[in-house]
Amino acid sequence: MSASVPFWRSAGLSLLILSIFLGAWEIAVMPKAGGGGAALDPEYAALLGQAAAQGGTTPMPGPSAIGKRLLELLADPFYVRGPNDQGIGVQIAYSLLRVGAGFGLAAIVAIPLGFVIGMSPLLNAAFNPFIQVLRPVSPLAWMPLALYSIKDSAISAVFVIFICSIWPMLLNTAFGVASVRREWLNVARTLEAGRWRTAIRVILPAAAPTIVTGMRISIGIAWLVIVAAEMLVGGTGIGYWVWNQWNNLSIADIVIAILMIGLVGLALDRLLGLGARAVAWRE
Amino acid sequence: MTEYVSIEGVARRYGPTTIFQDVWFGIARGEFVCLVGHSGCGKTTILNILAGLEAPDDGAVIVDGQAITGPSLDRAVVFQGHALMPWMTAAGNVAFAISCRHRDWSRAACDAAAREALKRVGLDHAADRKPAELSGGMKQRVGIARALAINPKMLLMDEPFSALDALTRGALQDEVARLVSETEQTGFMITHDVDEAILLADRILLMSNGPEARIAEVVLNTLPKPRTRANLHHMPGYHALRDHILDFLIARSRAFKADAPPADWSARAVPEVSPALSPPPLAAE
Repeated sequence: MSASVPFWRSAGLSLLILSIFLGAWEIAVMPKAGGGGAALDPEYAALLGQAAAQGGTTPMPGPSAIGKRLLELLADPFYVRGPNDQGIGVQIAYSLLRVGAGFGLAAIVAIPLGFVIGMSPLLNAAFNPFIQVLRPVSPLAWMPLALYSIKDSAISAVFVIFICSIWPMLLNTAFGVASVRREWLNVARTLEAGRWRTAIRVILPAAAPTIVTGMRISIGIAWLVIVAAEMLVGGTGIGYWVWNQWNNLSIADIVIAILMIGLVGLALDRLLGLGARAVAWRE
Repeated sequence: MTEYVSIEGVARRYGPTTIFQDVWFGIARGEFVCLVGHSGCGKTTILNILAGLEAPDDGAVIVDGQAITGPSLDRAVVFQGHALMPWMTAAGNVAFAISCRHRDWSRAACDAAAREALKRVGLDHAADRKPAELSGGMKQRVGIARALAINPKMLLMDEPFSALDALTRGALQDEVARLVSETEQTGFMITHDVDEAILLADRILLMSNGPEARIAEVVLNTLPKPRTRANLHHMPGYHALRDHILDFLIARSRAFKADAPPADWSARAVPEVSPALSPPPLAAE
């Protein structure tokens, strides 16, 4: 029982799991009947909000409330009403822009550098200690240094994305290039293909699947890190928005943000998945 | 005989172990030479040295009067495991080779020439397929087409058919025999297969077992051309020739010792025999 489960069966089961989960959630957060708010001064309640005035906490919203809020947000995702009030679409766009810039710069640096490292055992050994030490560092640890030296929070966030995206791409490119089949290189040598032609026509396509896998890992990490980075630098972005909604105690918005972050991350991964399929080859 | 290639005193050592040394032989223009020997005697290394892919630890390879320093388009290699690039189509693989030979040709010209080369090996219908969609024999045909497409002065083949099933191997052997004789292609091939050597080669070099391998004997193939697998075993002298080589592989390849060679043996002038002309008496051992 592994491979061919018909799609409708798995999709049906997924829907069932989802509805059980949402149903249980809805029931769990239903307001308790008979909450004693009788002797409440209406002016006090108006001032603080019903829940706070009763001494309670903000209730966890149920799926129906979140769904209503989601429709509200999606009805106008791109509004801009001042720096602290912008639509969720605008926030996601800011985050994507930062991830795109950081990831793009990292690719521009990591792929050529990985290529050179992969082709030269000497450079491979020489760069290896630096990579090994820097790779496990949480990208957020770079943030203070970035803020200090760049003195711009927006660019610092991009830098953090850059630094976290670079390692998987660098290592995968170097590995992919270094493990190009010897016989293909020998073919190129006997054809006197030359360095450049060999690099473009033989090594690059041979290593492309490994390189794209590295890019896929990188974009996943970058999307993880951007939320945390934006919580720190603030201003715009989905990470900032989440933190802002926490300050506003808009639990529904936080749940929606989680959902959105997941969906955008999925889309980014699928995008590079398409790229992987485009460069895949099979013996 | 005008020697096109001359291998002069070539050796390969790994640390204290000498795989082979003092290997001398020549290949004339238009001649096809096979090297036969057991695994581990360094046959592939000799071919790689001839191709320029490896440098010998001693000695040199002289081509057209010049010592070679690396691989050249003049010496095309058909690799043991086809070595096609899996991301290119069959035509793409051949066109890549052609574009290396003719740097000034347009993409269309390279593609057209590639299809022409594939036609010569009977693969025009599969030109647009990727190697993964081709059978083992078809892949090796593409490998041969790629080697021939650049009009090399010499064709080097490293056990090109060893990974194929017997039927496919036979068909390809006939085809290579035809292509080689049509174009008078100078060739050097490594093989395990005695019949393959007899079919294709003008001269067969017999190599003793490694380490300390040497070329122990040169067998002249005097059987008339054209030879095909169908008529080969009916030729007078064929069995004597075949038996001679088999005897060498079974017994004498092991018995040959480089430090105590037979009296008539010298590394620079390896004894030549023509068993197909004068069958040696039975039980010569």
